[in-house]
Amino acid sequence: MIRESNLNALVLILLLAVPLWAVFNDEPFTITLATRAVIFALAAVGLNIALGLGGLVSFGHAVFFGIGGYAMGIFAHHAQTYTPVMEVPFLIEGTKSMPVIWLVAMVTSGFAALLIGLLSLRTAGVYFIMITLAFGQMLYYFSISWATYGGEDGLSIYVRNEFPGVNTLVPINFFAICFVILCLVVLLNALLAKSPFGLALNAARQTPQRVQTFGLDPTRLKLLAFIISGVVTGLAGALFADLNRFVSPTMFSWQMSGEIMIFIILGGVARLCGPIVGAVTFVMLEHFLGGLSDYWHIYLGALLLIVVLFARGGLVGLISGREIAHD
Amino acid sequence: MTLLKLENVAASYGSSKALFDVNLAVSEGEVMALMGRNGMGKSTTVKTILRMIQATGQLTFDGRDISKLASHQVARLGVGLVPEGRRCFADLSVTENLIAAARTGPWDLARVTQLFPRLAERKNQRAHSLSGGEQQMLAIGRALMTNPRLLVLDEATEGLAPIIRQEIWTAIAQLKSETGMTIIVIDKSMAELSAVCDKATILERGKTVWTGAMTDLTPEISHELIGV
Repeated sequence: MIRESNLNALVLILLLAVPLWAVFNDEPFTITLATRAVIFALAAVGLNIALGLGGLVSFGHAVFFGIGGYAMGIFAHHAQTYTPVMEVPFLIEGTKSMPVIWLVAMVTSGFAALLIGLLSLRTAGVYFIMITLAFGQMLYYFSISWATYGGEDGLSIYVRNEFPGVNTLVPINFFAICFVILCLVVLLNALLAKSPFGLALNAARQTPQRVQTFGLDPTRLKLLAFIISGVVTGLAGALFADLNRFVSPTMFSWQMSGEIMIFIILGGVARLCGPIVGAVTFVMLEHFLGGLSDYWHIYLGALLLIVVLFARGGLVGLISGREIAHD
Repeated sequence: MTLLKLENVAASYGSSKALFDVNLAVSEGEVMALMGRNGMGKSTTVKTILRMIQATGQLTFDGRDISKLASHQVARLGVGLVPEGRRCFADLSVTENLIAAARTGPWDLARVTQLFPRLAERKNQRAHSLSGGEQQMLAIGRALMTNPRLLVLDEATEGLAPIIRQEIWTAIAQLKSETGMTIIVIDKSMAELSAVCDKATILERGKTVWTGAMTDLTPEISHELIGV
């Protein structure tokens, strides 16, 4: 057994070491794969704030992933066509600036999470799962019908967005940006989990009524967690669109929501680096098994079954032990 | 000054009526025993005060009508509950249980662990691994961390070893003498209640049947109404 903190450090070091190895061996595709894993991990770390800490089984987190993606796509599209995003009631120009696009992605995702959370959190259990799924499907079909931005075909962006002082076209540079963001969000997640808010949220997950007797409103706690979670997943969506230089309605699809959840279940619910381990495992399976068979999801399903049945704390729990009780 | 007042309070669990006419008043700085045989409505009265169940009648805290407030709003006004059965957050450590409930005020981690040194010894231990007595101390400490004006202790010594019960009663007495905290205690230990409480309210079949100073609670009355 390895202590979870040591395992977390090892995971982050390996995640950094692989693309660095790829740089020296001139393997740009490996760097792209690592970047994909980091971005998926970021999306899952976002969901883990709601799912792991708050017990909110959101089956619609692709909404935020898609909003982040479209925020990037729309602003970059208008920047490359030299047209404004909107003129009335006020002028908003397109931009290729990553920080600005991230800000837009986070604010819009946060706002969407507020609205969805306000309605969804009136329910619990399977109803919460279904209502979040419904929101995901609403946005999915909306994006399909949104002809201005490519509809079902999606939207291609021909240049990578810019980050001050960094050549983002160099794969390792873009990886570094994503990796630093992931590390910052993991740190934020760790601080959040041990903060009075995080502890109260954890307590509200265990017994909502008991938390009320301490003057805390469990719905408000969960709503705030849902918003933070949506903001992080939205940021991941913007980075994912930048990586692919393409956005499409699939970013909003229920399969995407399911995949984000699979990353967490594979790695370990409520484990700090569980989503990272899950996302890396997923991307590796996708790459290696996907090359052997189009039906590689069968193997993913089998692995998921084994993890759920025999490793309650996910892969992280399997390696580091020390069960985190989670219901 | 009256801190908490219940007048003609009635409450039900669905179609089953549990409280018919509860009347009680606690003044600031007072320690009140809420007594009665099993099933007479003591815990339901506590749930009513915390608005955990719907009730009719007048409920005021610090002169403010609390009958329409949500549970967390009543708690925010300054009602701290130590629930029956402790109900600590099993997955959280001792310190985390305390921090999760913390609100600003004189009661902080240092002061709570000063009151219950055992909690300091177990600070990193998860609540589910504590003994019953330690869990009870944690439950009291957690309620104190909310910096309440009124502390409600529902069967705080139930099922504990005599030595631990004594520690809990000593802590309650300390709270009274050192902080002048207003407290409602539900318990069956007549001797300990007599030593700590200023007044008592006795419930029978969901109604207040006796209220007065603890010194006026004669053995005859307690035998007739409480059975001890």
